[in-house]
Amino acid sequence: MTEPAITPELIQKHGLTPDEFARIETILGRRPNYTELGIFSVMWSEHCSYKNTRPLLKGFPTKSEKILVGAGEENAGIIDIGDGLAIAFKIESHNHPSAVEPFQGAATGVGGIIRDIFTMGARPICALNSLRFGELTSPEVRRLFTGVVSGIAHYGNCFGIPTLAGEVYFDKSYEGNPLVNAFCLGVLRHEQIARGAAKGIGNPVFYVGPATGRDGLAGAAFASQDLTEESAEGQRGAVQVGDPFMEKLVMEACLELLATGVVAGIQDMGAAGLTCSTCETAARAGTGIEIELTKVPQRAPNMTSYEIMLSESQERMLIIVNKGHEAAVQKIFDKWDLPWAEIGFVTDTGRMIVRNHGEVVVDIPAKKLTDEAPLYTRDSREPAYLAAVRGFTLAGVPVTKNPGADLQALLAWPSIASKNWVYRQYDYMVRNGTVVCPGSDAAVLRIKQDAVPVLPDGTTGPAFEDKFIALTVDCNATYVYLDPYEGSKLAVAEAARNLACSGAVPLGTTDNLNFANPHNPELFYQLKRSVEGLAEGCRAFNAPVTGGNVSLYNQNPSGPIDPTPTVAMVGIIDDPKHITTQWFKDEGDVVILLGNIVDAADPLLGLGGSAYLQSLHKLKTGTPPRCDLPTEVRLHEGLRGMIRQGWIKSAHDCSEGGLAVAIAESCISQQTGRSTPRLIGAEVEIPGDQRLDALLFGESQARIVISVNPSDVDGTLAFARSAGIPANRLGTVGGARLTIRAAGTTLATETNVLHDAWWNAIARAME
Amino acid sequence: MNFAVLQFPASNCDQDAIHVLKNVLGHSARLVWHKDQSLGAVDGVIVPGGFSYGDYLRTGAIARFSPIMQAVQQFAANGGLVLGICNGFQILCEAGLLPGALIRNRSLQFRCENVFLKPGSSHTPFTRSIPEGALLRIPIAHGEGCFYADDATLDQIEREDRVLFRYVDAQGNRSEESNPNGSVRNIAGICNTARNVGGMMPHPERASEPILGMADGRWIFESILAELAERQKSRAA
Repeated sequence: MTEPAITPELIQKHGLTPDEFARIETILGRRPNYTELGIFSVMWSEHCSYKNTRPLLKGFPTKSEKILVGAGEENAGIIDIGDGLAIAFKIESHNHPSAVEPFQGAATGVGGIIRDIFTMGARPICALNSLRFGELTSPEVRRLFTGVVSGIAHYGNCFGIPTLAGEVYFDKSYEGNPLVNAFCLGVLRHEQIARGAAKGIGNPVFYVGPATGRDGLAGAAFASQDLTEESAEGQRGAVQVGDPFMEKLVMEACLELLATGVVAGIQDMGAAGLTCSTCETAARAGTGIEIELTKVPQRAPNMTSYEIMLSESQERMLIIVNKGHEAAVQKIFDKWDLPWAEIGFVTDTGRMIVRNHGEVVVDIPAKKLTDEAPLYTRDSREPAYLAAVRGFTLAGVPVTKNPGADLQALLAWPSIASKNWVYRQYDYMVRNGTVVCPGSDAAVLRIKQDAVPVLPDGTTGPAFEDKFIALTVDCNATYVYLDPYEGSKLAVAEAARNLACSGAVPLGTTDNLNFANPHNPELFYQLKRSVEGLAEGCRAFNAPVTGGNVSLYNQNPSGPIDPTPTVAMVGIIDDPKHITTQWFKDEGDVVILLGNIVDAADPLLGLGGSAYLQSLHKLKTGTPPRCDLPTEVRLHEGLRGMIRQGWIKSAHDCSEGGLAVAIAESCISQQTGRSTPRLIGAEVEIPGDQRLDALLFGESQARIVISVNPSDVDGTLAFARSAGIPANRLGTVGGARLTIRAAGTTLATETNVLHDAWWNAIARAME
Repeated sequence: MNFAVLQFPASNCDQDAIHVLKNVLGHSARLVWHKDQSLGAVDGVIVPGGFSYGDYLRTGAIARFSPIMQAVQQFAANGGLVLGICNGFQILCEAGLLPGALIRNRSLQFRCENVFLKPGSSHTPFTRSIPEGALLRIPIAHGEGCFYADDATLDQIEREDRVLFRYVDAQGNRSEESNPNGSVRNIAGICNTARNVGGMMPHPERASEPILGMADGRWIFESILAELAERQKSRAA
């Protein structure tokens, strides 16, 4: 079979610049052949090499006394949670595939991140996701939204992992370029950490999982270019097809094999499939690897070396086994009825050698391929629009005349409205660990003995008290668009605040940087400043970054997406008594706001970039609320102190829609069963002489709405005072209405009306 | 008591059933692999939820042919207690141990939510310990949970008092709105004529501990345990 000649057009088609090609020639000391060109193209794509972002990512805090495997070392970071246990977690994007084929694109996004977790030796125990779409008024957006949600549901539900929490925002900037970020977390014992390294010269290399087909050819390279109608159509074949049943089998078989102690190294075949897994395992171990393609199980006839090496067929793993223990692989994979094949061995040459029918078709120094990708420091220039943003004042914005209607409109605004239309399609309870279901500030999961992977002795090890972790994923991308640095700090602060509201202390962060084309200096500015903001935020909350994902080129012909650095944060709750939810509990409880009513130092009073300005005044501008990290840290620690005292009956973070929406959600967000909310009213007064809309809907940060028993009010207020946290008693829980008095105006609405607006808004938009 | 919990390759509620039987209720329970030919010495069998063999064809359609299901058929024929939950219910229907079929939810979407259940008959091993007049709050999580059978079969099921549960609202009323999947006559679970094989779509094993916010599912396991204890006693007598 003749391979295409290496022409400048072909090089360009592979997304490589003439300089990059020259670099390849230097590394090889000759011209690459077609297969090698393909291999360099995927390994040097942004998705695999982080060539545009690596220098920036160095600014992230990545260490704490609890980190066992740090960012960038392996497929996912690992954090100690005590008693010899640890958690592995990571978030990853599948944006471009989901834009082209939403169901499979999203499904395989979930599959890919689950593999990253069990590759580490951990049993995956929960999933989250962060989604962005255009506005639901567009039929195409509704199609993408429906497809993505059902794809996530299909994969996660069948695999048997609870999808616990997430976020969904709707904004015009994502039209045609939705964002699908999937997160997975697993649990393991410290001694069970597996490595993606091809250790042990002469050790056999196994391929396990379904056969390789032509699906998903070079998906990583596809993800690293702008999305156009043409690229989307032409790349439909780059979208993989997911099989959660197969993944479940592969996971169980891999964990069983890891328990035997014969595994020297293991890595999933994710982006860039066989290519990435072979060269990365060799590079990590400082060894070489040699494989024979005729031994690779193949689904389609006459596949070329190029196709086999670049295929992204799903649910496949590469496993290096200690020599002499080949039978263990056979025994376990036969038990699970899974295909497996011994395809090669570890060498001491440092080279990645691929043969096809015995003939060498690839010969590349593995470490140079993985570590010597070009690095770019892109030009950065403050975007022109930011001057207008900073110049915006409230002078031209009329104060609302009908705050009651505004509150209902905000509750029904899709980005604020209940996401039950989404999460009711996810099995969020399987594995009997979900203590706080979707619908509160953070999900809370119980980790019990049966979550731990089996040890060599066939048990799950010494007994331990159940552990409780809290999880959240957050990013208000409007804030980031309006101020990339402050907005990114705000995303971290909101995640940490959500954890605090559930009673948890942050352990670590995984981030997904979704940005547009880095070659545009104004867009690169967003990325650069955003990373700086994230880094500062993570440092403040002692929630180091344990890994993550970068997705660039998120734009389509109508423009770039809003910069969206999604922040997923995991925390731990020491005592189950401290698990806290956002909804009011009992009549007569007292409502207190922790934090200032309005940030008086903010000339926009918290309305810059607010949901109120966006949804009711059609203005997406203004400097977003300020993020003062020391104030946030004080607030979160103070709240946790009060929770430990046993005073806090509910705690809800104040975010989009401001205080009025936070209080309304505290009244209406508890759902006991199908069509059965537990509604409880409240009567509150918001003190202050600012404008009415700022008092009600301003989004000043560092605010949490709590409710406490009347007998605990004095203690709570005194505690807040001594901790340096402003606290205002706002009113009382009870009745069938929410009544809010502010700036001389009173609004009063039945809670069932508020609930209907909030709970059913997305279902109505989808009808 | 001693329970077998079947494990198909993509069972995913198997550990949850084991957890409740062992750690919550203090009985003995173990997984039995789908390729096994025998259940061993057991007092009861749970066919758990999940996706058995991926369920790409039709839920439970392949599982019924697995080696272990032959053993379950035999166990049931001898009067042994078998409860199928969710995918387990689907498998028991496919295997002919229970009448009817479970088809796609009328919404055409997967549904995970808590529902309210009203016990149909109290004269079954699966419902006997439920307090008179109690409503149970238990979650569902399925895409194909719409129970269907022809009218003659349904009439027979009702005549023989074999409805385990019906979907109702929080007040206990049977309504269209309270039916999460379109099941005929709001049926959420049934048993066979001999009353020793039961199936239900809701997940009692997810609602058996206060920490998870719901404990009504325990009544179903307590019923089974009471039945088994009575059988043991009558055998001993």
